[in-house]
Amino acid sequence: MKATNYLPLIAKNSFRNRRRSLLTILSIAASLCLLGLLLTIYHTFFFTEATPDQALRLVTRNRVSLANPLPLSYQQQIKQVPGVKEAMIFQWFGGVYKDSRDPANFFARFAVEAEKFGVVHPDYKLPDDERQAFVNDRTGCIIGRKTAVRHNLKPGDRVTLTGDIFPITLELTVRGVFDSKIDSESLFFHYKYMNESLATTAGFRDVVGTYFIRMERAEDANAISKTIDDKFRNSPAQTKTETEQAFGLSFLAFLGNVKMILLSICAAVTFTILLVSGNTMAMTVRERVREVGVLKTLGFTNGVVLWLMVGEAVVISLIGGALGLAFAGGLCLLLRGVPSAMTFMDMSQFAVPTSVITICLLVAAMIGFVSSVIPALGASRRPITEALRFTD
Amino acid sequence: MKIPISYNIRNLIRRRTTTIMTALGIALTVAVLLSVFALVEGLRTSLSATGHPLHLLVTRKGSTAELNSSMTQEQFQIIKVKPGIAQTPSGEPMASLELITVIILESPENPAGVNISVRGLTTTGFAMREGVRIAEGRMFQPGRREIVVGKGLAKRYPKASIGSKLEFGRGEWDVVGVMDGGRSAANSEIFCDLAQLASDQNREAGLSSALIRATDRAAMQALMNDLPEDRRLNVDAVSEKSYYESQTSSAAPIQFLGIFVAIIMAIGSSFAAMNTMYAAVARRSAEIGTLRVLGFSKLGILISFLIESLLLSLLGGIIGCLLVLPLNNFTTGIGSFITFSEFTFDFRITPGIMLTGIAFALVMGALGGLFPASSAARKQILTALREN
Repeated sequence: MKATNYLPLIAKNSFRNRRRSLLTILSIAASLCLLGLLLTIYHTFFFTEATPDQALRLVTRNRVSLANPLPLSYQQQIKQVPGVKEAMIFQWFGGVYKDSRDPANFFARFAVEAEKFGVVHPDYKLPDDERQAFVNDRTGCIIGRKTAVRHNLKPGDRVTLTGDIFPITLELTVRGVFDSKIDSESLFFHYKYMNESLATTAGFRDVVGTYFIRMERAEDANAISKTIDDKFRNSPAQTKTETEQAFGLSFLAFLGNVKMILLSICAAVTFTILLVSGNTMAMTVRERVREVGVLKTLGFTNGVVLWLMVGEAVVISLIGGALGLAFAGGLCLLLRGVPSAMTFMDMSQFAVPTSVITICLLVAAMIGFVSSVIPALGASRRPITEALRFTD
Repeated sequence: MKIPISYNIRNLIRRRTTTIMTALGIALTVAVLLSVFALVEGLRTSLSATGHPLHLLVTRKGSTAELNSSMTQEQFQIIKVKPGIAQTPSGEPMASLELITVIILESPENPAGVNISVRGLTTTGFAMREGVRIAEGRMFQPGRREIVVGKGLAKRYPKASIGSKLEFGRGEWDVVGVMDGGRSAANSEIFCDLAQLASDQNREAGLSSALIRATDRAAMQALMNDLPEDRRLNVDAVSEKSYYESQTSSAAPIQFLGIFVAIIMAIGSSFAAMNTMYAAVARRSAEIGTLRVLGFSKLGILISFLIESLLLSLLGGIIGCLLVLPLNNFTTGIGSFITFSEFTFDFRITPGIMLTGIAFALVMGALGGLFPASSAARKQILTALREN
């Protein structure tokens, strides 16, 4: 008889003690929902492939730290490096929009060069007329779709930003709303406008935090980074050049050791499910020892008896796993609305990736197997007479 | 008459494998919650241990942190002669002009490097931080490229130990001492001579901020009102204590994640406890019937099973506390977007935190035990006796 022939019996057994199976399924579902979510976060942070446009971008900043600026004169020198298509000033402005206490008002604001923006960031899609209107208006700005929707902003609306780092207040006019897979929240405005508004004495003028570079070919990333950093090695402001993705990840270090935190929670969660599931399976098996005696009297082999019990455990934990993943998927949808200032990543595309689904289902199956195999082995090997006499 | 608790304890011991497995599940849930609480508590204690109650931090109007503030010598000369500022024994005003900058320091834990604050100050500035003392080596000497590092840094960054050299700005700096700032922020900072740092960073014209000490509470309030009003200055003044306390928000993302994880795990663990308790009820059906025949009330049975579930979760809670105990005083760091650098502090497990963990475990036990206990209480005597 083939192993699959026993599936109906396994299914029937799984729901014999309906309450226990349901509680076990729910318990496994809660844990696997968590595991799915944490692995999704981990995946989004550390395993997401750079988009083709991201792979073509490099970021140059001061080697000492982001708080130390670079001279304006570096721009031309970077642009001369072979393989560099364009180098654009990219300056964090920060500032306060409306009330700074409301996290909904946190979105990134950067000063850029409008005429170069389309070359360096072609993946930030906006209609040609809006792009042109942004370039033409010295006090214009463009904003991400999510920010536009959240604050009900459309082209023509005014946005006032009060500086915190820079001692100025900017009056901006929205000229366009962009869509981008990697950024749905930022605001970009003219560096020229900011720089001219700054008084000469304060030491803020002609300050550049980072240069965003567009390369001709993504394969040159390492060579170009090295050329740029070597060029400024003996200058007062040494540079550090890395891909846009690596640059983004460097902010994550602010949260503490994220990798370790996520992985240790994952380990704790997995171990907890193992305990829960192992406990239930042990109870189930113990209750059925006498029944095993009967099955074996009827001619079932040790192997089949083992398979019946392990199969049941695997079925139950797979159902729990699937349910947990469904919960995780739902939570991901809810989390899409969270501003990226809270999470350090753009959440608009947040979803459980296929690889995480596969891993979680594998973990569920493994847990079913591991938790049941030891008690099931014990029960299936018990001599018939002893099994029939067994009292719980 | 009440059913004695020893009955429940014996039952838990009789089924020890199940008991231990369920308790361990609860313990891990408690451990996750407590480690996050210990982290936040450690950060909070360190931040509230920083700052003197009479200190004011004077920064450029509109800037939210020392790092993005700027202040000239001229402004400082006006500030330091304001009335209400305390004096040193030698008659100098207790006012310290400081320069803050940030460097990247690599460590084995974080090979890409982490932002660390470097503070340039004068001997007056160092003296004003009364809780900070040199624990090893010596103080930096004015006019030299020497630095002293906080003990938290010295512990976590092998590159910042005494005798080694750190390279930033225009060259190397000698690490000559380690300072112990109690639990305060100085543990995560590097201190050096103001003039050296200013010339190194080309910031002679624009330093960062000023720290001043008021003579008393009333003078402090007067200075807080007067400084922002002075049109020559264009500055804001905040109390040093509140400046640091507001940075507790740096731990908000981790706190949020930890509580979220703990709640979902708790739901899972409650279901598991429920399972265990239902099994206990099912197996002891005949016993329940006997107890009823002997005259124990329905309520007595309900309470007894609830107590058993609470005992089970109490065990889990205690194991959970023991699991996180090794974390106590473990030094870690967390980035602050206000100072744009890392703040080093120790995990702190207080009795209050442990009690929270045990309470959390008991909630799981109560949720898991309530339904099985009530089903036990509702059993009909005759059917209960006949079961099994």
